Amino acid sequence: MTGKTFRTLSGIPVEAVYGDGPLPGEFPYTRGVHPDMYRSRLWTMRMFAGFGTAEDTNTRFRELLRSGGTGLSTAFDMPTLMGRDSDHEWALGEVGRAGVAVDTVEDMADLFDGIDLGAVSTSMTINGPAPILLAMYVVVAEESGVERSRLAGTLQNDILKEYQAQKEYLFPPRPSVRLVTDAIRFTTAEMPRWNPVSVSGYHIREAGSTAAQELAFTLANGFAYVEAACAAGLSVDSFAPRLSFFFNSHVDFFEEVGKFRAARRIWAQWMRDRYGATDERSLKLRFHTQTAGVSLTAQQPEVNIARVALQALAGVMGGTQSLHTDSHDEALALPTAEAARIALRSQQVIAHETGVASVADPLGGSHYVEWMTDELERRAEEVFAHLDELGGGSLLEGVYAAIESGWFVGEIADASYRYEREVNAGDRIVVGVNAFTEGSDSRQAELLRIGQETEDLQCQRLDAVRRSRDDRAVAASLSRVASDAAEPTTNLLPALLEAVSVRATLGEVVEVLEGVFGTYVERTVV
Amino acid sequence: MSGDSPIRVVLAKLGLDGHDRGLKVVARILRDAGMEVIYLGLRQTTETIVDAVEQEDADVVGISMLNAGHLTLGPRIVDALADAGLDVPVVIGGIVPDEDRQALADAGVAGVLGPGAPAEEVVAGIRDAVATHGW
Repeated sequence: MTGKTFRTLSGIPVEAVYGDGPLPGEFPYTRGVHPDMYRSRLWTMRMFAGFGTAEDTNTRFRELLRSGGTGLSTAFDMPTLMGRDSDHEWALGEVGRAGVAVDTVEDMADLFDGIDLGAVSTSMTINGPAPILLAMYVVVAEESGVERSRLAGTLQNDILKEYQAQKEYLFPPRPSVRLVTDAIRFTTAEMPRWNPVSVSGYHIREAGSTAAQELAFTLANGFAYVEAACAAGLSVDSFAPRLSFFFNSHVDFFEEVGKFRAARRIWAQWMRDRYGATDERSLKLRFHTQTAGVSLTAQQPEVNIARVALQALAGVMGGTQSLHTDSHDEALALPTAEAARIALRSQQVIAHETGVASVADPLGGSHYVEWMTDELERRAEEVFAHLDELGGGSLLEGVYAAIESGWFVGEIADASYRYEREVNAGDRIVVGVNAFTEGSDSRQAELLRIGQETEDLQCQRLDAVRRSRDDRAVAASLSRVASDAAEPTTNLLPALLEAVSVRATLGEVVEVLEGVFGTYVERTVV
Repeated sequence: MSGDSPIRVVLAKLGLDGHDRGLKVVARILRDAGMEVIYLGLRQTTETIVDAVEQEDADVVGISMLNAGHLTLGPRIVDALADAGLDVPVVIGGIVPDEDRQALADAGVAGVLGPGAPAEEVVAGIRDAVATHGW
């Protein structure tokens, strides 16, 4: 506890928490993972950024840190997310457009140039090729003199939700989950400050799910990774404290708050009762929150500033550990620097002006919020029971089966269509879209544009790396990747570290892995 | 096409972008409006789309792009269809800034449907593209 007295704007002293137990910091952590929550430590203001070349994004990173951002979060472009080099034919038109292009260790080095990797925490939103990008980050740090054990950050590395929602998968589910557990094993042994998986509901929600589906599918995926890591030989308490979560904060305020509270309670109970975790840290669900990109409107985009602020407030009321606020221009393009600054400032208003950070779980005890928490938990438990039955007593097998049958995508598509029908029929109001539309036809503000020249420049950078490296060392390292990949119990990380350190490209490594693992084509459900 | 047979529409995501929520909603809207929807889904190339248009005898192609690649990929699909001798209109949906619409129109793209377009606008956009195009 801090010694400081917290007072309202009018000078009334307030306690750290109100109500009877279980209190925040007490099992099952419904009310939060820390006893005094934001009094001792505010959430991390972690703004997601990435566009153009590594140098372009490095400039934005430095701006965000100068403006008071307290963590970094990297958005990669589509070719990088899909494990393709910038000069691959599929990359045409997409290099640097929706994130930053990273083909080799050299790009990763430029991305974090001048930033002390021993001092910041970095989140990387990458899934299919996640262990390769992790290897690049480790190599960059070590080449600059920072040991891997000092690195703090998060690898999204949540492949299951890709098959369910975001669709950025490379290989079939089972070898992909092996890659996830390889990263868990590696960081558990060598990177104690690293979160190897960020189990993500965000993308499930963005794909059109309901809050209850987001909660249920995400936690089911979390349980699946626990089962997979235990099957790979780890004890649950060795890795579970470093699993983290990532949720969406949508616009229905109390539903969102209830969702975050239910998530903590479910996780704590399942980890203790089903998976036998005994370390308190294994039971505490820690999460990052991002406001709902899907709720942003292209019509009257300034109104999004209000939506984002309210959604951010729900995340804070729900006890998030870290927060990204969307920029108001994101329904139109990647955010401009000014729009990103306004979004960060909105968090700072919540943190420093509104007083909501003075008291832990200030909505706890509200009849409505407690009922909503219970109701969302009940709905999630129905989904777990369904998946458990599908998997014959294994959530991991249940999730695989429901991916294979298209159950997840079907459920999400139904929810998404239902919502669109409601908006279309006028049963749901979206300000500026189907009501209050005066002003919706005004000119669009200035947008961030990434031109074709970025693609040309990035291809030149890639070409320069290819010309200056030792091709024989690259070939040898890639054949080790292939042989280690073919050996299901061998951890791939050492081979990946070697390959990227001799400047094998992302696309080269992925092609080798595809040769062993194969590729995945989804069963189309419309 | 003959006057009373339903419009046949090929829907596809062109490129690497995997955001398919919007395209799936559009598929259901068009189907509910009586069209025949050939849903190709994710990660299509200009070649796979042209093949589908040819084999399915489609009247119109709907392409969804949220990857900011429309100025590069939009004209390419129009050209690829023309090169294959297919006189079929292309409608692009997704995140397309207003100022890019003229460039796409100049490149031969028949229509653009932006974020939040209501169902009637989506249906009308496809019908208009078919009605005003070609032969």
